[in-house]
Amino acid sequence: MWAILRKDLRIEFRTKAGVSGLFVLGLLVLLIFQFAVTGQATPGLAAAGLWIAFLFAGTLGAQRTFLLERENLCLHGLLASPIDPGSIYLAKLLGTLLTLIVLQAVVLPLTGLFFNLSSSVDMIGLVAVCLLGNVGFSAVVTLFAAMSVRTRAREMLLPLLVFPLLVPLVIAAVQASSILLGQGSLKDAARWIQVLVAFDVIFVVSGWLLFEQVIRE
Amino acid sequence: MSTAGDVLSRALPWIVGPAMLGVLSLIFLVVPTESDQGIVQRIFYVHVPCAWTAFVAFFLVCVASIGFLATRRESWDRLAKASAEVGIIFCSLVLITGPIWARPIWGVWWTWDPRLTMTVILWTIYATYLILRSYGGPDEQIARYAAVLGIVGAIDIPVIIVSVRMWRGIHPAVLMTREGGSGLLDPMMRYTLYASGLAFLLLFAWLVTIRTRTLRTEDSIEEIERGLRPA
Repeated sequence: MWAILRKDLRIEFRTKAGVSGLFVLGLLVLLIFQFAVTGQATPGLAAAGLWIAFLFAGTLGAQRTFLLERENLCLHGLLASPIDPGSIYLAKLLGTLLTLIVLQAVVLPLTGLFFNLSSSVDMIGLVAVCLLGNVGFSAVVTLFAAMSVRTRAREMLLPLLVFPLLVPLVIAAVQASSILLGQGSLKDAARWIQVLVAFDVIFVVSGWLLFEQVIRE
Repeated sequence: MSTAGDVLSRALPWIVGPAMLGVLSLIFLVVPTESDQGIVQRIFYVHVPCAWTAFVAFFLVCVASIGFLATRRESWDRLAKASAEVGIIFCSLVLITGPIWARPIWGVWWTWDPRLTMTVILWTIYATYLILRSYGGPDEQIARYAAVLGIVGAIDIPVIIVSVRMWRGIHPAVLMTREGGSGLLDPMMRYTLYASGLAFLLLFAWLVTIRTRTLRTEDSIEEIERGLRPA
């Protein structure tokens, strides 16, 4: 499992093009969001911009890990090796998670900058919310990206598959971030964080269990 | 399985036809008109049973998907597909009849009430399910993918319900007029609703058996064609 993760990260690091594309895409979505929304910047809007940017850039980024495997028929090699599919899933999940954490590390400060947020925001809480959202997002996206790269019209299919399923995650993450960005405390956002944690646990476990059905030939 | 299914599909129209006619006459002739909302309230006896049926359908998709992944029998896969197709029709009917009622009573076609929101999210999940299936690919692979989505979609439903409720808060006043409360005081109204629910479920069962049989025929035709093709 760690070997797969190391290999994926090394590829990401060495190609660079994919990752930098993600950053610019995240930035662009934030910019367009700014132009699309007129009027006062509120914490609610900032939270919306943050998660929209993350969702769109993340969905595109998440396909990469399986596209690379597909190009050289590496998936066959992975499947032939004596690794259980659950471990492949966890490795892919962690790889996506780490890439998206780097994405968030760029998008989050930019959101703060663009929306003129005050510095007295509970940063630790906000980072925690971002990470929790990221885990649930990666869990769902990893499972379905493995599916969509092997169908026709894959670029179109992945967002179709994951967006409806991600609705609870998006609601909870936006609500929690907007409370925190509006200088609320972690306690005010607690019930939303509970939803996030529940979502993460449910989908990491079901992804881990169901992944075998998706990648088997 | 096939003989029992055949008997069922031959018997069901004789049950569903009279049941639907009976329920229609209950709805339009027998049940008293609701005093506050007037005649438009009668759409309830279609709207609510459709919602029940859609829920049953999506539950059946999940059960059949688990059945398929566990046994690899194609009959489970056909059942899941048929149930999703028929389910989304009922779900669409819910989304159509709802606004027809809401416009005169609430004054708007649409609100982001928790139930409406949840219904529309469910609709998108199962619409995607059907899109995934139509994209094709090797039959066995697509069946597995669809089964995974059928299961994950059903797992998602409770989380959606919780988050959507928290998002909008619960509007007790609105829900009271929609269900129980003032709406269905007359026992006849409740009987009509239950009878209608039963009739719609039977209609659903009938449609699913028809669709499953069609899919089975399609599969066997495909198999025969494959056999005829020169190797």
